[in-house]
Amino acid sequence: MDYFAQQLINGLVLGSIYGLIAIGYTMVYGIVGMINFAHGDIFMIGGFIALITFLILVSIGLTAVPVILLLVLLVSMAITSLYGWTIERIAYRPLRHSFRLAPMLSAIGMSFVLTNFSQVAQGARVKPVPPIITGGYTLHEGADGFAVRLSNIQIIVVITTIVLLALFTWLVARTRLGRDMRACEQDQTMASLLGVDVDRTISMTFVIGAALAAVAGMMYLLYYGLVDFFMGFVAGIKAFTAAVLGGIGSLPGAMLGGLLIGLIETLWAAYFSTEYKDVAAFSILIVVLIFLPTGLLGRPEVEKV
Amino acid sequence: MNINDILSVENLTMRFGGIVAVNDLSFTAERGKITALIGPNGAGKTTVFNCITGFYKPTSGTIKLRHSDGEWRLERLNDFRISKIAKVARTFQNIRLFPGMTALENLMVAQHNTLMRASGFTLLGLFGVPSYRAAEKAAIDLARYWLDQIGLLERADDAAGNLPYGDQRRLEIARAMCTEPALLCLDEPAAGLNARESAALNELLLKIRAEHGTSILLIEHDMSVVMQISDHINVLDYGVKIADGTPQQIRDNPKVIAAYLGADEEEAIAVMEGET
Amino acid sequence: MAANASQAKTARGPDAAFILKKAVISALVALVLFSLMIGIRTEAGSDGQLTWWTRFGDLAAMVAVVFGGSIVMELLRHWWGPVDTVRVVPPSAQKVFSFAGRALVPALLIFTFLVPVIFYDERYILDLGILVLTYVMLGWGLNVVVGLAGLLDLGYVAFYAVGAYSYALLATNFGLSFWICLPLAGILAAFFGVLLGFPVLRLRGDYLAIVTLAFGEIIRLVIINWQTLTGGPNGISGIPRPTMFGIPLTPGDGGLADRLGIEFSPTHRIVFLFYLILALALLTNWVTIRLRRLPIGRAWEALREDEVACRALGINTTTTKLTAFATGAMFGGFAGAFFATRQGFISPESFTFHESALVLAIVVLGGMGSQLGVALAALAMIGGFELFRGLEQFRMLVFGGAMVLLMIWRPRGLIGHRAPTVFLERNTVISSDLVKEGHG
Repeated sequence: MDYFAQQLINGLVLGSIYGLIAIGYTMVYGIVGMINFAHGDIFMIGGFIALITFLILVSIGLTAVPVILLLVLLVSMAITSLYGWTIERIAYRPLRHSFRLAPMLSAIGMSFVLTNFSQVAQGARVKPVPPIITGGYTLHEGADGFAVRLSNIQIIVVITTIVLLALFTWLVARTRLGRDMRACEQDQTMASLLGVDVDRTISMTFVIGAALAAVAGMMYLLYYGLVDFFMGFVAGIKAFTAAVLGGIGSLPGAMLGGLLIGLIETLWAAYFSTEYKDVAAFSILIVVLIFLPTGLLGRPEVEKV
Repeated sequence: MNINDILSVENLTMRFGGIVAVNDLSFTAERGKITALIGPNGAGKTTVFNCITGFYKPTSGTIKLRHSDGEWRLERLNDFRISKIAKVARTFQNIRLFPGMTALENLMVAQHNTLMRASGFTLLGLFGVPSYRAAEKAAIDLARYWLDQIGLLERADDAAGNLPYGDQRRLEIARAMCTEPALLCLDEPAAGLNARESAALNELLLKIRAEHGTSILLIEHDMSVVMQISDHINVLDYGVKIADGTPQQIRDNPKVIAAYLGADEEEAIAVMEGET
Repeated sequence: MAANASQAKTARGPDAAFILKKAVISALVALVLFSLMIGIRTEAGSDGQLTWWTRFGDLAAMVAVVFGGSIVMELLRHWWGPVDTVRVVPPSAQKVFSFAGRALVPALLIFTFLVPVIFYDERYILDLGILVLTYVMLGWGLNVVVGLAGLLDLGYVAFYAVGAYSYALLATNFGLSFWICLPLAGILAAFFGVLLGFPVLRLRGDYLAIVTLAFGEIIRLVIINWQTLTGGPNGISGIPRPTMFGIPLTPGDGGLADRLGIEFSPTHRIVFLFYLILALALLTNWVTIRLRRLPIGRAWEALREDEVACRALGINTTTTKLTAFATGAMFGGFAGAFFATRQGFISPESFTFHESALVLAIVVLGGMGSQLGVALAALAMIGGFELFRGLEQFRMLVFGGAMVLLMIWRPRGLIGHRAPTVFLERNTVISSDLVKEGHG
C-alpha cells in the first residue's frame, strides 16, 4: 500500500509536467488544427534556458533559492516564448491556408532544427545539475521500513502546475485574449470580420503554449536534475498522447490526460517493467482512440453528410 | 408493405441527444415511381435519407426495401452494403464528387464492385487478363452512356471539380446511376440550378424512371421540380408527416400551406404552384 | 501584415528603410533567442560539475548572419516578386515542361541502368546510388498509403524494421536464403500493416498521424527491449549477404567470379546490390502504376477525395484502407529485407522516427501521388544530404531547415498534378488545387 501511495505521488508529479506540455499542444491544435511537432523541443529549449540562467545566477553569487527560482522561471518563460513566436512566424504562418500536410512537415522539420540546434550549441552530453531544492516530508513510515515521502520539489511542481492551470483557465474564460482565441477556434474568417486580429491571436497562442512548456522544462530540470538535447522528442510524444487522451482542444482534458499518462507510466514501471513503460503509454493511447476517438473530455464529432 | 412498394419506412424515429429529428414517420415509395419528400428547412428530410442510406442508425423503426433481387431491412445493413447489396444509391445536398478525379473516373469508381469482381479482387487485373479488360471496357461504355445522358460527354476527361455547378449536380446523379440502383435517393438535386437547368433535370429524372425503371426518392425545395415530376408526395414538418398524396392533393391541402408559409396563404399557393 | 506590406512595396521596388527595419527586428529577435543558447556554453566537467563559459563572438556572428540574411531574403523577395505570380506558368512553357517531363522518365531510367557501368570504379557513388534507390523504393511504398489513399502514416519505418528483422532472424536462425526470405519479409510486413490498419480505421486526420507514430515507436521499443530475440540495442550482425540466385558473390571456389573465370572484385557485389534494389524499386513502381488503374487503386484515390461518397457508392472502406496499409507495408518490408542483406548488420538505431519523417518528406516533397516526383525528391533529399557529409553535426539542422523551406516554397510538392487513370479522348493532367489530400 505504501509502495502504491509513493508511486501515486511520483506519477502525479510526472503527470503535471506532461500536462503543462500537453496544454501547448491542445491550444495550438484547437486554434490552427495542426500538431505542433516542435512543441516537445520547445520544452527542451525551456529546460536548457532554465539551466543556463540558473548557472549564471549562482555564479554571480545569488544564494536566495526563492529569488533564483523566480528569476529562472521568468527568464525561461520569456525567452522560450520568443522561440514559440518565432517558429510560428517562420515555419507555420506562411503555410496557414495551404494544403494541410505542409505545416505538419514544416513542424517536423522545425523539430529537427531545434533538436540539432541545441545539440550543436550546447553539446550532446547530458547536463546534470546538483539538487537545488532538497528536503521533504515523510508521510507514512511502514512496518517494513518503506516510507512514503513527499519531497519539497514535488510539492513545488504540483503547486506551480495548479496555479498556472488556474491562471490559464481564467485567461481563456475571462479575458479578451481568451475570447479571441475561442472565436478563432470556431471560425477564423468570421472572427476576423468581427475585428479579431487573427494573426496576433494565433501568435499569442504559440507564445502561451511555449511559456507553459518552459515551465515544464524548468520543473523537469529541478525534478530530475538533468537536461539533454534529445529529451523533447519522447516527452513531446507523450504530452501529445496526453492531449489526445484528454480530448484535444480541451484545457482540463490536457491536464487530465497528462496526469493519466504520468500515472500509467509510473505504475507500469513500478509493477511491471521499466523497459516497456513507453510501450504501455503508447498502447493505451491506441486503445483509448479506438473506443473514445475524441478523448475523455473532447466534444464528440458528428459526421456531417 | 404493399406488393407494389419498393421502400416502406415504418415508425421511423431518430433522436440526436434530446432532439427528435424524425418522429414516428411512416411512408412508402412505389416501385418505378418518383416519390418526393418535402417540407420546410429543418423538417428532418435529410435525416430520413441518412437513415435510409445507412449513414445514421435510426433510434427505432424499420426500413424495408424490396425489389427483384430480394428483400432487406435497411436499418440492419451497414453503410456500404446498402449500396452494394440492396442497390440503393444516393446523392448529397452538398455535392460530394471526387473533385480531383475526372468525370469519367468518378463514374468508374461507382462501378467499383462490378470491376472488383471482374479483376479477381485485383490479382487477375494486375496481370491484365482479357476478361478484366472486357469488363473495364464495358464499364467505360456504361460511363460513356451516362455522360451522354447528362450531356457531359465532351467533358469526360475534365476534373470533376472544374465543372460548373449544374454539371456537377448532374454528374453526381450519373455517378449514382452507374451503381445500377433499384432505388435512387436524390437530396435536393435542383438546389442552385437555374430554370433551364431545372427543366433539364426534370427531363433526366423522367427518363431515368421511364427507361431504366429505377424508383426515385426525392427531397426537394424547388416546387417546379416536385410538382411536375412527382407521382406521390410526402410532406414533413418537425419530423412528423403532415400530409401525403398526389401533387394535386398536396397543392390543395391547407395543412401543407400552413406549414410552409405560416398564415400567408396566397404566397404559399404561389409556392405550391411552382411559380417562384 | 509584413507580407502584405512587402508585396505592396514590390511595385515600387525595394524600400531601403523598410528592409533595414525588418533586418534590425530580426537581428534583435535573434539576439534574444541566441543570447543564452549560443552566448553561453555549458558542459559537464570530469567531476560531474557543470561548468560554463561565454561565446559572445559566436553570438555576434550569428546575429550578424541573421541581420544579413534578412536583408538578402527581402531583396530576393522583391526581385522574385510576390509569391503568387511565380505560380502562373504560361501555356507555352507548360508544353515545354510536359515534353521535358515525358523525356525525363526514360532518360532517368537509362541513366540509372548505366550508373554501375559509368561509375564502376567509384565505390562511393555506387553506394550512394543504392542508398538513393532504397529511399526511392520506400517513398514509392509509402506513396500508396499517403499519396493515393490519403492516409497519413508517420510510422512507416516500423514496416521497414519488420522487413529487416524478418530477414535477419530467418536467415541467421534458420539459414533461409535471401530469395525465400524476401517474400516472407514482405508478407510479414503486410501483416503488420493490417495489424496497424485495424485500430486506426476509424481515426481521421492528426489522430491517425499520432497513432501511426506511436505504432512505429512501439515496434522500435519492442525491438530494443526483446533482447533474447532481437539482440536489443546491439542489433543483429553476421546477416548473410545475398547470392545471385544461389551463386555466392565471394572470392572462393564456386563464387560468381570463379564460375565466370574472371578475377574477383568486391565491386561485383555492390553492382549486384545496385541492380537488386533497382529491380525491387521498379517492381514497386510497376505494381503501383498497375494498381492505380485497377478498381482498388481508384477506390484508394476516391477514398482520399471523399470517404463518405465512397461508402454511398458501395465501396467497403474498411478493406480498401487495409489493402492500402498492407500494400504500402509490404513494399516497406521488401526494402527492409534488402537493407538487412546489404548492411549485414542491423540495430534499432536505423529505425527511428527520423527515417519515417524522411520518407514522408520525400513523398510530400515529391508531390503526393506522383511516382516521378517521389523519385526526384528522394534523389534531391538523399543526394542533398550527402553534400553536407563534411558537416556531420549540422546535418539534421540543415535537413530540418530544408524541410521547412521546401514546404513554404512548394507546399504541394515538386510535381503537384495528378494524371487521370483512364480517359476517353484527352489525357489531361489535373491541377493539384483540386486534388484532395485525404483525411489522414
